[in-house]
Amino acid sequence: MNGFAFRWIAEWLQGLGQITLLGKEVAGSIFAVRIPGRQLLYQLYFIGVKSQSVVVITGAFTGMVMAAQTYFQFHKVHIDTATLAVVSVSMASELGPVLTGLMVAGRVGAALAAELGTMRVTEQIDALRTLAAHPVDYLVVPRLLATIIALPLLTGESISIGIAAGYALCTNFLGINPAYTWHNMIKYTDVQNVEMGLTKAFIYGAFIALISCYKGLTCREGAEGVGRATTEAVVYSSITILITNFFLTLFLNRVLWP
Amino acid sequence: MIEVRDLFKSLGHPVLKGVTFQIDKGESVAIIGRSGGGKSILLKHLIGLMQPDSGAVLIDGQDITGKNERQLLPVRQKFGMLFQGAALFDSMTVAENVGFALRRERKWIPAEISQKVSEALGLVDLAGTENKKPAELSGGMRKRVGLARAIVYRPEIVLYDEPTTGLDPIVADSIDRLIISVRERLKITTVAVTHDMRSASRIAQRILMLHEGRIHFACTPEEIFKCNDPVVYRFVNGISDPREHSF
Repeated sequence: MNGFAFRWIAEWLQGLGQITLLGKEVAGSIFAVRIPGRQLLYQLYFIGVKSQSVVVITGAFTGMVMAAQTYFQFHKVHIDTATLAVVSVSMASELGPVLTGLMVAGRVGAALAAELGTMRVTEQIDALRTLAAHPVDYLVVPRLLATIIALPLLTGESISIGIAAGYALCTNFLGINPAYTWHNMIKYTDVQNVEMGLTKAFIYGAFIALISCYKGLTCREGAEGVGRATTEAVVYSSITILITNFFLTLFLNRVLWP
Repeated sequence: MIEVRDLFKSLGHPVLKGVTFQIDKGESVAIIGRSGGGKSILLKHLIGLMQPDSGAVLIDGQDITGKNERQLLPVRQKFGMLFQGAALFDSMTVAENVGFALRRERKWIPAEISQKVSEALGLVDLAGTENKKPAELSGGMRKRVGLARAIVYRPEIVLYDEPTTGLDPIVADSIDRLIISVRERLKITTVAVTHDMRSASRIAQRILMLHEGRIHFACTPEEIFKCNDPVVYRFVNGISDPREHSF
């Protein structure tokens, strides 16, 4: 049992170290090497545009559920008009970035790991290297840049749609006064809430891309290896988002925007 | 010139146990040996795709062992490599695959790249396939495209990993002829890893036999068929060792 635990911890630390080294290599590459523009545009399209339906549905239904639950509690103490303010603050600082991050980790993280994993097992990555192309420059950098650009934009979209859907529910179905609802939402939602959400999304984007690319690039042989890499990319990205969200919330609230 | 000195590599178990040989500029060498004997691993060491546990690989006098990926990029520009499964980029067309290295060099305009790609595809008898995707090609065609991609930028050395494996004898013969034709027209050093004796004897001026992690025998194609060494004899004539029968 002890042996298993030590091996698991050793492998986990090794993975963490290798992802950190990959991050360092990517950072060096972004500043030193010309970024392949065509690749970046394609990845932006794949990660940003193709994730629209997932993000819209997630944002809209999360906003409406949040509005309904908040209303049911607030109605008891007659502060119905504060409902949308709660929805807005939650969507901007927590639910928007976390749920969008989880959805993108599922859709994009899996695709990145599967694509790079398949390239690895079919020797396409070795072929890249023989053609004097560094896999980090050609494969990882465009994917990472596209994810850290697209995820804050998708999060902004998710937040907006969540608030809009919550507003529509509050005013059309729950009978809350539209003017007071809107006024309270504006009054209690700070710019910092949105900044916090977008900052989190930027960091989650980097985690998703780094973890998924790492899993793809180090995938083991065969279909089983690709399958495992894909699963691990999604699971590790999601867990990383959930755990770091807690620490980011503390850090951003206490240090950056006290 | 390629020089390999006392190369050791272990992948859980020892694969290469002190491989030493030298290949001169313009020479054509086939490395033969049994499946799983470490031939492809040895080939990957020549281009720095794998790093040895000890020993050295010198390309034109420059030791490439211990260099990181970025330091190896200029060395690799001297090489072209044809992989066993061709390893074509399946998201790209044939023309994009063949022109990949030229686009990366950033010193050619698109019209020049297009012309060079067409020339390379013509050289491997695949003119007119520029817009096809790798999935639309047969095994032999994929290898030809892989060869066009490996030679389009005129490398000094071309490495072939099992160039005829998985192909029918007629397509295999055409690939052999292509390898010879490319070598003669472009005056390049050729290193092919294979267990196909017919192919090795055709394309190589010298044959090295890798056995139990070492170069067991080195000779010309003519000599190998007359060799009385039991390991070489059994391999050349396809005779299994009675000790390996597990019935």
